[in-house]
Amino acid sequence: MTRIELTVNGEKRSDEVEPRLLLVHYLREVLGLRAANVGCDTTSCGACTVLLDGKSVKSCTVLAVQAAAGDVVTAEGLAPAGELHPVQAAFRRNHGLQCGFCTPGMVMAAVGLLAENPHPTEEEVRTGLEGNLCRCTGYHNIVQSVLSAASATGAPATGVSA
Amino acid sequence: MIPAPFEYAAAESAEHALRLLAEHGDDAKVLAGGHSLLPMMKLRLATPELLVDIGRLDELAGVTTDGDELVVGATTRHADLAASELARAEAPLLAYAAAQVGDPQIRHRGTIGGSLSHSDPAADLPMALVALGGAMQLQGPGGTRLVSADDFFQGYFETALQPDELLTAVRVPRRPGVPWGYQKFVRRSNDWAIVGAAAVAGRIALASMGPTPLRARAAEEALAAGASPADAAALAADGTAPGEDIHADREYRRHLARVLTRRALEHQTG
Repeated sequence: MTRIELTVNGEKRSDEVEPRLLLVHYLREVLGLRAANVGCDTTSCGACTVLLDGKSVKSCTVLAVQAAAGDVVTAEGLAPAGELHPVQAAFRRNHGLQCGFCTPGMVMAAVGLLAENPHPTEEEVRTGLEGNLCRCTGYHNIVQSVLSAASATGAPATGVSA
Repeated sequence: MIPAPFEYAAAESAEHALRLLAEHGDDAKVLAGGHSLLPMMKLRLATPELLVDIGRLDELAGVTTDGDELVVGATTRHADLAASELARAEAPLLAYAAAQVGDPQIRHRGTIGGSLSHSDPAADLPMALVALGGAMQLQGPGGTRLVSADDFFQGYFETALQPDELLTAVRVPRRPGVPWGYQKFVRRSNDWAIVGAAAVAGRIALASMGPTPLRARAAEEALAAGASPADAAALAADGTAPGEDIHADREYRRHLARVLTRRALEHQTG
């Protein structure tokens, strides 16, 4: 066992973990934070995306011990209880989800994308989310949600591209 | 999928990592970003007894110059290499290749040293290093040695790196303003290259055309003798016997190598 100390959603944590424990399992099973989903479990689908030190990462391919001393943010930590982060609000306004399984990962990838590029073009949103799969194929509204979140007014995006 | 149990050691320095490797030999594996190693461990294709984590060693990260070479630390993450103004100016093909790896999340974690040590012939950075004529800086108990990219990649997932050695940095010639081309054929975003081709300064490298990234030597020789890009590219698949899989049979890969080499020689990216 290895002791890790890290910050998760603003709270200091200190836990004994097996070195082989994946970050996504640490979050879900040790901390009970179930937003990050295990989808493909092979670094492809992005459903497990969280922020580690401000950057989007796939938590199925990070060991909990690699996150030691780091700062992890999951979808639960984006906004105070009962409130929505602007990206979450934009997903709701624009119906940026269907079944919802990919949504926490999409939202976290989008938050990471907008931190690096606050005003992306539609093309940059599409390539910026290339690490996240929506098997409902609801990409159109997801992209519109991110564009809406990025716009100064926060108004629902209306542009429809061919 | 859960990796088999292992011991974990966070290296405090490159020297500390080397001591651990000397002590544990083949039972140890070096961990940096983990984006090649952890998937293998989850599939239990790799079952090291000890992981030596160099991922937090700042001394091994960063992009600098040394004389006429660009030097990239082994734990430099793909996103940081892709964004490096120095790399984009001095070795734009390398920065571009880093930006083609996987997807944003993967580029936030994966490192150049990890990708090169993993030695997947379909990967971006091994092909880029061969095209650039770069070299790997390997540190071991007896000191440091440089191994050219042509000699480093020895087989499918096999390199010149010894169990007690650490890849500490990558060196490529500085070539500001020299035209280059980079082509990667995939069916879906963030897939491995079905075939790739990269060309700069008379050198041509191919991905997924054999067990390692390969030089297209017949095409290089034709270029040197004054052939047009199209005529040289027609020779790009000469001497190759690529594998077949669900994506492409041998002839299709050879066709792609010729087409992508022509585009790379015409300095196209894509």
